[in-house]
Amino acid sequence: MFLNQFLMLAAALFCIGVYGVIARKNGVMVLMSIELILNAVNINLVAFSTVNGAISGQVFALFVIAVAAAEVGVGLAIVLAIFRNYKTVDLDQVDLMKG
Amino acid sequence: MLTHVWIIPLIPALSFVAILAFGKKLPKKGSEIGIASVAICLVLAVTTGIGWINRVNHPPESAHGEAAAATLEGHEAEATAEADHTPADATDQATTEDDHATEATASEDAHATEDAHEASGEAGATEDEGHGTEATSEGDHGEAAAGGEEHAEGEEEHHVTPPVQRNVTWFETGDVTIKAGTLVDGLSALMLVIVTFISLLVHVFSTDYVGGDRRETHYFAFLSLFTAAMLFYVISDNTLQMVVGWELVGLCSFGLIGHWWEEKNNSDAALKAFLTNRVGDIGLLIGVSILYFAAGHSFDVLKLNTMANAGEIRHSLLLIGSLCLITAVMSKSGQFILHTWLPDAMAGPTPVSALIHAATMVVAGIYLVARNYGVFFNGLSIGTANVNALAVVGCVTLLFGAFLAFVQTDIKKVLAYSTVSQLGYMVAALGVGAWTAAIFHLFTHAIFKACLFLGSGSLAHHIHSFDMKKDMGGMRKRMPITHATFVIGTLALMGFPLITAGFWSKDEILAGAHMLGGDGGYKFAVIMGLLGAVCTCAYMTRAYYYVFMGEPRGKSAEHELHENGPRITVPLMILAAGSIVVGYANLPEKVFGIGVPESLSLRFEHFIEPTGVYFPSADNNFSHPEFVPWIALVSALAIIIGAGSAYLWYWKGKGPHGITQRNKLARGGYKVLENKYYLDWLYTDVIVGFIKGPFARATNWFNQNILDGIVNAVGKGARQVGGFVYNRIDQGVVDTVVNASGSGAELTGQGASKFQTGKVQAYAAYLFLGATILAAIFVVVAS
Repeated sequence: MFLNQFLMLAAALFCIGVYGVIARKNGVMVLMSIELILNAVNINLVAFSTVNGAISGQVFALFVIAVAAAEVGVGLAIVLAIFRNYKTVDLDQVDLMKG
Repeated sequence: MLTHVWIIPLIPALSFVAILAFGKKLPKKGSEIGIASVAICLVLAVTTGIGWINRVNHPPESAHGEAAAATLEGHEAEATAEADHTPADATDQATTEDDHATEATASEDAHATEDAHEASGEAGATEDEGHGTEATSEGDHGEAAAGGEEHAEGEEEHHVTPPVQRNVTWFETGDVTIKAGTLVDGLSALMLVIVTFISLLVHVFSTDYVGGDRRETHYFAFLSLFTAAMLFYVISDNTLQMVVGWELVGLCSFGLIGHWWEEKNNSDAALKAFLTNRVGDIGLLIGVSILYFAAGHSFDVLKLNTMANAGEIRHSLLLIGSLCLITAVMSKSGQFILHTWLPDAMAGPTPVSALIHAATMVVAGIYLVARNYGVFFNGLSIGTANVNALAVVGCVTLLFGAFLAFVQTDIKKVLAYSTVSQLGYMVAALGVGAWTAAIFHLFTHAIFKACLFLGSGSLAHHIHSFDMKKDMGGMRKRMPITHATFVIGTLALMGFPLITAGFWSKDEILAGAHMLGGDGGYKFAVIMGLLGAVCTCAYMTRAYYYVFMGEPRGKSAEHELHENGPRITVPLMILAAGSIVVGYANLPEKVFGIGVPESLSLRFEHFIEPTGVYFPSADNNFSHPEFVPWIALVSALAIIIGAGSAYLWYWKGKGPHGITQRNKLARGGYKVLENKYYLDWLYTDVIVGFIKGPFARATNWFNQNILDGIVNAVGKGARQVGGFVYNRIDQGVVDTVVNASGSGAELTGQGASKFQTGKVQAYAAYLFLGATILAAIFVVVAS
């Protein structure tokens, strides 16, 4: 099996996602990066499921997709709200919570 | 109606609220509400009375109704109470008689009993053919026999009429259930009628007498509340409820005595009445508590008295309990030495004096004894003794109260002391065992004393003075109706033979004192009662002389006096008629050897006296007196002596006039009487004075020097300890720690706030950093 290849792919996706979440300024891009992270996890789940012959990993992946859809809905709504208030989606501008 | 008597006190209670709420806006200031409510109550009370008479004439189920009541009517707890306490060996007596039971009901009843007991596998009832009544076999716990036993040994013609008791659970605490309920028997039905009847007449009288008064509405509201309280009191089925009613009438008495509280005398009198009653109330509370435990954690009067009669309560407990209750009776019913409030209570409006301080409230004490007669009868061994506390209190009161009436110049005070004296008769009657006589006297006295009091109110209505010597005289011609009714009331009070009510009741008391009790009877009670009768006649003749004879003096001479209006005279006439008629309610069986038809004689005893095991029976040596000719003759003689000597003294001017100036002994006696045996002096100057004077000073010294010293020392010590603690421990240790933790937190916060950039992505970076470090640790540890 090509388990290692799947894991490498997932790790690459995960790293891209993390980079996007931390470094991108655009809120929409950050949301998309989060999707990347989640999908990296999905790849891992499906890969291990196939290798171990246990179907539960795939079911888990489906759950993650469903939750991710909901999360994107909420996240985009937040981004919209931010845009209405700040006329921007630049997350650096949104620092009301600064201590 | 017998099961719904709770409505009767409810109506005046509602009327009280209604009068307070809108009385002032009504054209007659609320009196119309009061009169209407009391009139309704009178009707209901009479209905109750008729209901009771029917019940006596046709006892429920059968003459042995109590057994049936036990099995058929669950709420009549009396029968069940009794079922527990009747010795089983009494069964035989049940079979002996009862000609009055109709066969049909008797056999029905037998079946009922049978049915009830078959289930439990006990032998059922069988019929005794000879008498056509049911008989019970041994397995019945003697339930049914209870009635029969009572019956066989007691009055032959008396059915046992079970009282109507109805109660609900008031509250529960732990495993103790306190009930509230009503109890109707002859006694309470009679009291209902008396209270509502007198109250109605007093209401009508008051509309004229206090008409236009500055607190008329308040007055009528209190009259309603008083009526409600008294009615509540007399239908109580447990002693706890009686305490509530007792205190409520005391409160109303306080409010009405002090009706014109602007004058200090009146508010003082109100306070005195209240406080004197408090003294007795302590006895009441202790007595009720003792009897509560004696009756096995129950306030129920039926249970209590049933147990007392059956000898299931220790005699010493009964004795102490009844002595405590006697204290309460002494205060409420104005018995010597706690009677001092009663004459002072005359400060209230006259109709109130008639209602409360003559006819109803003051008989609350008498009622207390009458209701719990099983306790008193057995506790004081009334049936077998020759002397007991109750009889002594009553006799002393009747005589000493009568003496005091001689030196009063205020007509209301004369009547007040006469009330004290007559209440003494009632207590003495209860003390010698003449229960019926006492209640009969209560009944007749309520009517003629109300007549006299309202009469005195009528006399004083225009002149606003009760002083016989200064402001009255010659009223005979100017107020003819008042005069006539007053004379009838006076004759009834004296006990004028054969025609007046007072004669029959007083004579029965004296006969009771002569015949009842242990060997020889209560001799001292007979002698003191007769002496009291002489005094009664003499002081009433004296009062009559001052008020009605001679020429008008003082204010009555200044005023154009005339007879009062119908709202005052009509109640007087009704009461005067009553003062004669009600005497025939309890004619003895034989008067001077002439037999009285059975349907006329002893009606009162027949209907009013409780039957059943909650009332003392022949087993407890309870019996009834008969008419004693020589006592009747001697009491008639007493009237002649008393009234005659007063006549000679005042009309003819004979006798040693001025002896009080000449003779040291007589002067001393007069002074003692004038100062009311120095009881007020004893209470206010000696007891209160001692407490106010030396005792208070001593207490004060003790307080200032010793208690305060201790307190100050403790305070100083505490302050020093406190100072040390403050300076060293609080400031030194605690504060340092607190400050250190505070500044530490501040520093940490300042440092940590650097990381709080407000940038989401920075947080995400920290998050990943943390996760990475944890993952690294995990990998290292796992490998």
